[in-house]
Amino acid sequence: MISVENITKTFDQITALDGVSFCARPGEILGLLGPNGAGKTTTLKIMATFWQPDSGQVNLGNCDVIKYPQKAKQMIGYLPENVPLYDDMKVYEYLRFVAEMRNIAPDKILERIKKVSLETGLNKVIGQTIAQLSKGYKQRVGLAQAIIHDPDILILDEPTTGLDPNQIIEIRELIKNISQNKTIIFSSHILSEVSALCDRVVILDKGKVVAEGTPSELSAQLVKSLIFLEIGSSEENVFEKISAAGFKIAKDPAPGELGINIVIESNNVNDDKKKIAEIVLKNNWPIYSLETKSATLEDVFREITK
Amino acid sequence: MSLEKLPNKTGFTLEPHAIRSITVLVKKELASYFNSPIAYILICAFACFANWLFFKPFFLVGEATLRDFFLFLPWLILALIPAITMRLWSEEKRLGTIELILTMPISDWQAVLAKYFSALIFVVVILLATINIPLTVSQLGRLDLGVVWAGYLGLFFLSAVFLAIGQFASSLTKNQIISFVVSLIICFLLYIASASFILTGLPTIAAKILLQLGLASRFTNAAKGVIDTRDIIYHLSLVFLFLWLNVRVLSNRKWK
Repeated sequence: MISVENITKTFDQITALDGVSFCARPGEILGLLGPNGAGKTTTLKIMATFWQPDSGQVNLGNCDVIKYPQKAKQMIGYLPENVPLYDDMKVYEYLRFVAEMRNIAPDKILERIKKVSLETGLNKVIGQTIAQLSKGYKQRVGLAQAIIHDPDILILDEPTTGLDPNQIIEIRELIKNISQNKTIIFSSHILSEVSALCDRVVILDKGKVVAEGTPSELSAQLVKSLIFLEIGSSEENVFEKISAAGFKIAKDPAPGELGINIVIESNNVNDDKKKIAEIVLKNNWPIYSLETKSATLEDVFREITK
Repeated sequence: MSLEKLPNKTGFTLEPHAIRSITVLVKKELASYFNSPIAYILICAFACFANWLFFKPFFLVGEATLRDFFLFLPWLILALIPAITMRLWSEEKRLGTIELILTMPISDWQAVLAKYFSALIFVVVILLATINIPLTVSQLGRLDLGVVWAGYLGLFFLSAVFLAIGQFASSLTKNQIISFVVSLIICFLLYIASASFILTGLPTIAAKILLQLGLASRFTNAAKGVIDTRDIIYHLSLVFLFLWLNVRVLSNRKWK
């Protein structure tokens, strides 16, 4: 279990983290989500022992990261936002250097390099100089160095930033593949990525945790789904009748293609859609469309960080 | 828990893997020096300058002595060492690889020492590139080898101090040019503080203090063949001071 307890961090009187607490269970993929400047990178740098918090505690199992950073460093694989590579080195030389620094036994180093290069798809470029690699491959080299010592905990700071859509999908697949038996904590501001990869999400805003849960829990709890109804514009008492049935109109009505658009909030989309349809039929309103939209993580994100 | 494995606030540990990590980092640093043409250019340029500056007046004087050699070499070293050290941390900061190094199982002290030792080895190689000068002079006349050894030892300690200063300056900034200039200024001031032309005319107390602080007078002793334990201790103290400051800068991790 990884626990972050009440950590604070200030830079030149700017509070980057203000009492951030959360935990990650073993084997879980935890996503740190938040707008730029929310404190995601600061949190990850503290967890990776690069920075020390002003106060608070980070525990990796029984290991206090702040008191015993050397022990914690052995347990962590870390990929910072700007992939830390030596461009003049060959991929093999770089991985060998990291493996040696990570105290992997000399007779195991070759085996580990082979394994991670296969896992990360680097076997084709293993003899190339890092400077010659594409951004996608450089990201893979960064991931390979983070997992070369087979750490229990993997910390990835925005691992797909700057990649093209194909590369993003490849890196996501890669993270999924290496997530078995590891706890992965990664930050992102790409909501679809977090939805696709994470078991749980912690949303940070202005240095504070503003929401925590599984993507579906957050969607269900924080933002209601919406029902879009388009009916004839000449009908009277439409809003009164819909409100009288216990519904809340989400937005001011707007003219649609054929009639008038009404957006209704819903806690239970299927039941509510049925009820709305019944009201429409009962009143003989001409209906042009009745659609629903479930709340997404994006809606949650926009709702709580606006 | 065994004594060797007790956590230690200074970052000094006795664990074998710490020594291994330092060795690995030293090897990597040395490879980055010698895999680059800049290292060979520096070595050649230094050897050429030293030879030219020495042999130009040598045959006119007609004396088998290295007095002049040890007179100008500190100035060459003064210009050379900031050029070597300017990239040590600045480059790591610019590339972001400092985050890789400092999140590996190595303490800040170990990382600083590894960088320092690799730079020191490189400087020793550069100093050895001038060995043809005493060898040539010894063939031409009776050369006092004691003075040569003492001179080289003095150069080694002077370089050791300049390297520690340069490495500290490099830890302060991402910009290699700033690092070079800061290092050059500190080294220059510390060197000339006890030069005779500075001390002349100063009040006695100020002159005495500067004489103790400056490196020029101490190097002059070595160049004359006098190795004083106090000089060695002073040089080592300065090395420790600037490496300690380097560790403090890294530990604060104020850069972004």
